Amino acid sequence: MNMIAQLPVLPVIVPLVLAPITLLLPKGRAPHLYATFVSWATFAACIFLLREVAEAGVLSYHLGDWAPPLGIEYRVDLANALVLVLVSGIAAVVFPFAYRSVQLEIDKHQSPFFYGALLICMTGLLGVTITGDAFNVFVFLEISSLSTYALIAMGARRDRRALTASFNYLVMGTIGATFFVIGIGLLYQATGTLNMADLHDRLAGQNSRVIDAGFAFILVGIGLKLAMFPMHLWLPNAYTYAPSAVSAFLAATATKVAVYVLIRFLFTVFGFDFAFLGAAFTWVLLPLGLAGMFVASLVAVFQEDVKRMLAYSSVGQIGYMLLGLSFATVEGVSASLVHVVNHALMKGALFMAVACVVLRAGSHSIHAFAGLSKRMPYTTWAFLISGLSLIGVPLTVGFVSKWYLLTAAFAAGHWYAGFLIVASSLIALLYIGRVAEVMLLREPATEGKYVIAKQDAPLSMLIPMWILVAANIYFGVNTDLTGDLARRAAEALMLTAGAG
Amino acid sequence: MITPGNAIAFTIALPLVGCLIIWLLDKKPNLREAATLATGWLLLILSVIVFMAVGEGHRPGYQFFEVIDGLPLAFRAEPLGAMFGVIASGLWLVNSVYSIGYMRGGNEKHQTRFYMSFAVAISAAMGVAYSANLFTLFIFYEVLTLSTFPLVTHKGDANAARGGRVYLGVLMATSIGLLLPAIVWTYAITETTDFTVGGILAMHVDAAGPIVGVLLGLYAFGIGKAALMPMHPWLPNAMVAPTPVSAFLHAVAVVKAGVFSILKIVVYIFGIDLLKDTGASIPFMWIAAISILLASAIAMHKDNLKARLAYSTVSQLSYVTLGAMLATSMGVMGGATQIAAHALGKMTLFMCAGAIYVAHHKTLISEMRGLGRKMPWTFGAFFIGAMSIIGLPPLAGSWPKFFLMLGAADAGQLAIIIILMISSIMNVVYLLSIPVQAFYMNPAEEGEKAQGAGGKGIDWGNLSEAPILCLAPPLFTAAGAFVLFFLADDLHTYLLPLIGGG
Repeated sequence: MNMIAQLPVLPVIVPLVLAPITLLLPKGRAPHLYATFVSWATFAACIFLLREVAEAGVLSYHLGDWAPPLGIEYRVDLANALVLVLVSGIAAVVFPFAYRSVQLEIDKHQSPFFYGALLICMTGLLGVTITGDAFNVFVFLEISSLSTYALIAMGARRDRRALTASFNYLVMGTIGATFFVIGIGLLYQATGTLNMADLHDRLAGQNSRVIDAGFAFILVGIGLKLAMFPMHLWLPNAYTYAPSAVSAFLAATATKVAVYVLIRFLFTVFGFDFAFLGAAFTWVLLPLGLAGMFVASLVAVFQEDVKRMLAYSSVGQIGYMLLGLSFATVEGVSASLVHVVNHALMKGALFMAVACVVLRAGSHSIHAFAGLSKRMPYTTWAFLISGLSLIGVPLTVGFVSKWYLLTAAFAAGHWYAGFLIVASSLIALLYIGRVAEVMLLREPATEGKYVIAKQDAPLSMLIPMWILVAANIYFGVNTDLTGDLARRAAEALMLTAGAG
Repeated sequence: MITPGNAIAFTIALPLVGCLIIWLLDKKPNLREAATLATGWLLLILSVIVFMAVGEGHRPGYQFFEVIDGLPLAFRAEPLGAMFGVIASGLWLVNSVYSIGYMRGGNEKHQTRFYMSFAVAISAAMGVAYSANLFTLFIFYEVLTLSTFPLVTHKGDANAARGGRVYLGVLMATSIGLLLPAIVWTYAITETTDFTVGGILAMHVDAAGPIVGVLLGLYAFGIGKAALMPMHPWLPNAMVAPTPVSAFLHAVAVVKAGVFSILKIVVYIFGIDLLKDTGASIPFMWIAAISILLASAIAMHKDNLKARLAYSTVSQLSYVTLGAMLATSMGVMGGATQIAAHALGKMTLFMCAGAIYVAHHKTLISEMRGLGRKMPWTFGAFFIGAMSIIGLPPLAGSWPKFFLMLGAADAGQLAIIIILMISSIMNVVYLLSIPVQAFYMNPAEEGEKAQGAGGKGIDWGNLSEAPILCLAPPLFTAAGAFVLFFLADDLHTYLLPLIGGG
């Protein structure tokens, strides 16, 4: 049995089998080291997978050797290989980063559960991404969601509001998952299959109320998961009160995977044959994307809590991804995919910087950031650079995203959308600029609860954070990897969707 | 062997290396300043190499790498950029000498950060000067904005924070909100952003024709650094910076990067013929004209010397924009020579203002009466700088006015000639009055008893000038304004390829 043939199953099976062992380890350092090792192994598997797919094309793996459409198929093309590398890569930097932060924020006796749950969460997200089976998406979505609820609730030790945030997310997330599974059920009713590629073939030419309803249910279900405006209300609290490392991981991965699922269903499962698709782009994704870009970003400007500000910013940034999709062109979809990756890099780094501040100042209120450049210069600069990236300043990934989106907008003839994109970036300038000014020009607090000693975050946090910051710059000047892969992935997606 | 192409790459890289060395020499101020000056000299030599090569008809270029497919970070020197490169690097060297005098004289804090930011800013300015396409230009334009932010907010107090907020806010908002979409739009129409003789939009008249006016507006207002009204508020607000910053960045590097970009975009992206044929630039010509008069009017009632100079700069920058928008060869020539002439003149004025501050801690013009007798050299340099700005021969500033008037006549816009004349008269009023008051009027507190006495003469043995490092640079640039007057023919010949001659 050669390893290459088994490669597609590794990103899921490795962490899934290894995660429960975390619980058996002695509390403290051991679960962390073990989980870090597992995340690195998974990352390595994903990178091999991406290389393999980039060279050899689409990989298909039959679970238990049951041939699709009856058996479950793992189907890896460029689009999901890219997301797999992203999710496992973020995990590979968040795990080493988490130790000190978790030590402060979470009970020691909970540490095995914490790292176990985080591994399971990662497994779920990877599973959602890799599978080619519609029902399997639901299963993994629930695996990741359930562990996410637990992880968010663990923030309760610092702030009891984490419990209501988690419960709120549980209710909304379950409603979303239910809608999603009802949609899958309706499609199954109409076609008798659950395999995505098979669904696409059998849906072709069909036109019935059942399929329309299934589409609507799926769109709303995924919309809830990816915090599509105005279904985002669970997200700000969940990100704000979750433990810092969890916020960093979720902000960089969870909604991105949901965006990927949306892309997969819109283009691979339904495709342009489906009469509703055009309407969904024009009347759902475009207006809701734009509304999210503005409303959520404007709300972010007025937040006193930096973590909550970043959470609202995430909702706004998801608007860009939806906008890119709604153009329904190769440029638009690749802009969306590029932004999925790029936004993960910037938001991951930003939430990590906040985690460093929480470690030293014990708070993520904007007042804790006063004069931070004099107290924690490396953290300050990490925040500033990734913040500039969020605004879209040249030489960062944010600029690359903006450029792709703008060219897509102008090429698609939506020039007004181009101006709305830059207008929304200016709102990002406002909320990042506000924090930047506090960090750079305000004097550090000398009394009260926000006094910080002049000591930066420990290296175990600085190094992973700066790896992400470096990635923000590297992929901002060299788009060979992100841009080209995204474009090829988008071309493949559009081809199966039957464009042109 | 340094080829002109490599030299371009070095002009970008060298100041960054310098920045690193300055950082490493944080605790040794003398070596640190030596590093700044050495970088300045080398940079000047490199830019002169590029300048000479361009003068011989070469168009040296250098490409770093492609950021996005088809969009390389690339440089290519042409006459306008080569001229701007020499001005920026040469005046940076002068300004570095001045900065040392000023910063040490005033015992300023965070000097290492100051010199580091300056080095990054000059690297960005060189990047703007030599950029081969809009994409590269935009990248360095933004780096220039960000690297000068720590300089503007150098003092770190509430005033600096407010000034910095407006500075960054206006410059970033205009560049991201208007300039970036304009560039992408241009790219969407032409599928390139390369600066091309004749203009790339002129080659796509079918697609570009209907929106030439819109695009031109996006560029004109999107390049906030050109301070075309109403995008000018960042410039007066930037005056919270230490004077060397105002002198170099807000009279030379930053503002000239703005008008330089406008000129370059009009010539190489639109093409003057396209603008002339469509008449799209006429409204912007009027906006520039109004900007010239309005800013002068505001400057007149500013008592703070730096504020007056800032509004004078807003006014003078619009000369360049006006030249570009006239859409005639002579207009472009006027704008191009104005970049050089105004840089020398206005930098002289700012450095004098700084010298006055270092020597006597005076910032208000009303307090400077009679000061000329204590600082004759400083006010003498100020006088020459002011005359050059006004456009009196034999000083460099007279040529741009001459070319602009010719350009306006070519375009058949006689009203513009009148506006230029009115503007010069206004300049006389608010610029020349300063040295005149300083030499001929008595200080306010002695005013009553010495009334009617006509003032004392200059007591040459008992001057109180600024330290030599603050005094020599403005004298040098004032002399430069004089010399450039006689080199105008060479400069004109050098710039001819810009308007299709040579």
